[in-house]
Amino acid sequence: MPGQPSGARRPLDLRKRTRAGESIIQLLLKGAGAVSVLTTVGIVVVLVYDAFVFFRRPEPTFLEFFTGTTWQPQILRFGIFPLLNATLLTSVIGMTVALPIGLMIAIFLSEYASPRLRGILKPVLEVLAGIPTVVYGFFALGFMTPLLKNLFGKDTVEIFNVASAGIVIGILIIPLISSMSEDALSAVPRALREAAYGMGATRLETAVRVVLPAAISGIAAAVIVAMSRAVGETMVVAIAAGAGPRNFGDWGQATGGLNFLNPFKAAETMTGHIVRISGGDLSYDTIDYDSIFAIAFLLFIITLILNIISQWIVRRFREEY
Amino acid sequence: MSISLSVSSSASVQSQQARIAVESRNLRVWYGKFMAVRDIHLQVEECKITALIGPSGCGKSTVLRAFNRMNDLVPVARTEGEILFQGKNIYDPDVDAVEVRRRVGMVFQKPNPFPKSIYENIAWGARINGFKGNMDQLVEESLRGAALWDEVKDKLKQSGYSLSGGQQQRLCIARTIAVKPDIILMDEPCSALDPIATLRIEELMRELVNQYTIIIVTHNMQQAARVADYTAFFMVDDTRTGYLVEYGKSDQIFMRPKDKRTEDYITGRFG
Ligand SMILES: Nc1ncnc2c1ncn2[C@@H]1O[C@H](COP(=O)(O)OP(=O)(O)OP(=O)(O)O)[C@@H](O)[C@H]1O
Ligand SMILES: [Mg+2]
Repeated sequence: MPGQPSGARRPLDLRKRTRAGESIIQLLLKGAGAVSVLTTVGIVVVLVYDAFVFFRRPEPTFLEFFTGTTWQPQILRFGIFPLLNATLLTSVIGMTVALPIGLMIAIFLSEYASPRLRGILKPVLEVLAGIPTVVYGFFALGFMTPLLKNLFGKDTVEIFNVASAGIVIGILIIPLISSMSEDALSAVPRALREAAYGMGATRLETAVRVVLPAAISGIAAAVIVAMSRAVGETMVVAIAAGAGPRNFGDWGQATGGLNFLNPFKAAETMTGHIVRISGGDLSYDTIDYDSIFAIAFLLFIITLILNIISQWIVRRFREEY
Repeated sequence: MSISLSVSSSASVQSQQARIAVESRNLRVWYGKFMAVRDIHLQVEECKITALIGPSGCGKSTVLRAFNRMNDLVPVARTEGEILFQGKNIYDPDVDAVEVRRRVGMVFQKPNPFPKSIYENIAWGARINGFKGNMDQLVEESLRGAALWDEVKDKLKQSGYSLSGGQQQRLCIARTIAVKPDIILMDEPCSALDPIATLRIEELMRELVNQYTIIIVTHNMQQAARVADYTAFFMVDDTRTGYLVEYGKSDQIFMRPKDKRTEDYITGRFG
């Protein structure tokens, strides 16, 4: 009836209702959240426990673990430095390759490429990210190493070497960085770009000094994921970096001539070592077995620290729009 | 590449007393196959406010953005005709769009400060324009010019986004004048603001017009009547292409429109 408020016909009832659908969905979502938290907690507990078992044995000491320059389980020497050093070397080399190239690709895709070109390139990049890492491993061994040998001399570059593995790790994580960064850049509102262009900024100035800083949290997230990926990458280093720790007699030997930094020599990373020794007939309850968990725990700590640093950087430099 | 700054001495300019800041001739803008506006002839007088009015979708923003080549940023957009800025067609192949935008600044409908500090918002544009002088002084000058200084002088380090909408819009005006353009384009600069903030911007425009040529798009008829010296009325034809119906002094357009369509529009009789 026109002119009559609908309340007149519909009785008022504001009592709380039970909405079955809502509750079920909420429960499911909470469950999903709980699963991820519990998995993480479970992993940490296992790691900490087994690492603890390792250090409770008589031979390895905390001090040796952190200050020793030799990792040789056969003679019960457990200095983490050779493995840690190799991991950091390959990761740093990888990031040095991946960060600039990945960022440039991301900026190109979001600020320069036509929509059509972007439509072609983005899926290609994503396919690249899906190639099994073992393929990258043999790419390092069969292509990158010979290339490095040609460039720097056959005798300088060993057949297994850190540089080759590191560079290929970089190539492997380029799609990750560029894809995530491109998402972050594209999410920056058009209005900000127009503001910059409207005051006479060039494309480059707009991209690098307005869009990039505005997308910095997303990019930092991409970099962290990529770094964790580089630190944790296993297959490439297992195949191409070397099958034994680059041990040193003492710190003098390690640092003399910056031996520990030589990228053209073989070295085994933490992850590479773990797969190698756990690949054979490693039996439960041996010291080798326990040592794996000490290494893994340290890996976990490294990624944790990376995350904390990045959170801090993001908070420090975030430009909120 | 930079456009010639020599003042034009074309006959049309000298025949009139007033000086022309910018002029469109036969302007047509296409979005793909769709002609958004056609045959726009518009002479914009220096140090005056010119308002572009008309129904939604008639191409006011398109015309406005043609004046500093902002349409270049739209991949499908194509411009025909000429826009003469100090005698030089800014669509000539040898003209650099970036240089054009340094001389013809723009303020947008929604305030869009950079996600940087208030100070940086202003310093940024000046810096990319190669400003080498005293930045503190320029920031203060620009903020004073935009009637914002007193409100923000104690919090220059805070984010531009900590300001109210009206303050943000004045910040955007401040950063535009920091670049010292000749012309300021404003696309419905008050549509996101309340009446008091709107009034402040209008007062500000009246002050700025002593130094700058201002072209403003507005849906607010009263606003056009209040602030604009000249008003251009646009409409669309049946293919939705916009065209210029009538252009003249604001009092004439609003008091004695020559065209029946203008009269219908300003008296709100349009269906
Ligand atoms: N980027 C674009 N791509 C395609 N068509 C566009 C684009 N921008 C505008 N148009 C079309 O051009 C015509 C004019 O648009 P314009 O934004 O200039 O109108 P306007 O007068 O500013 O409207 P309003 O008052 O609503 O802001 C419209 O038909 C619009 O759909
Ligand atoms: Mg518009």
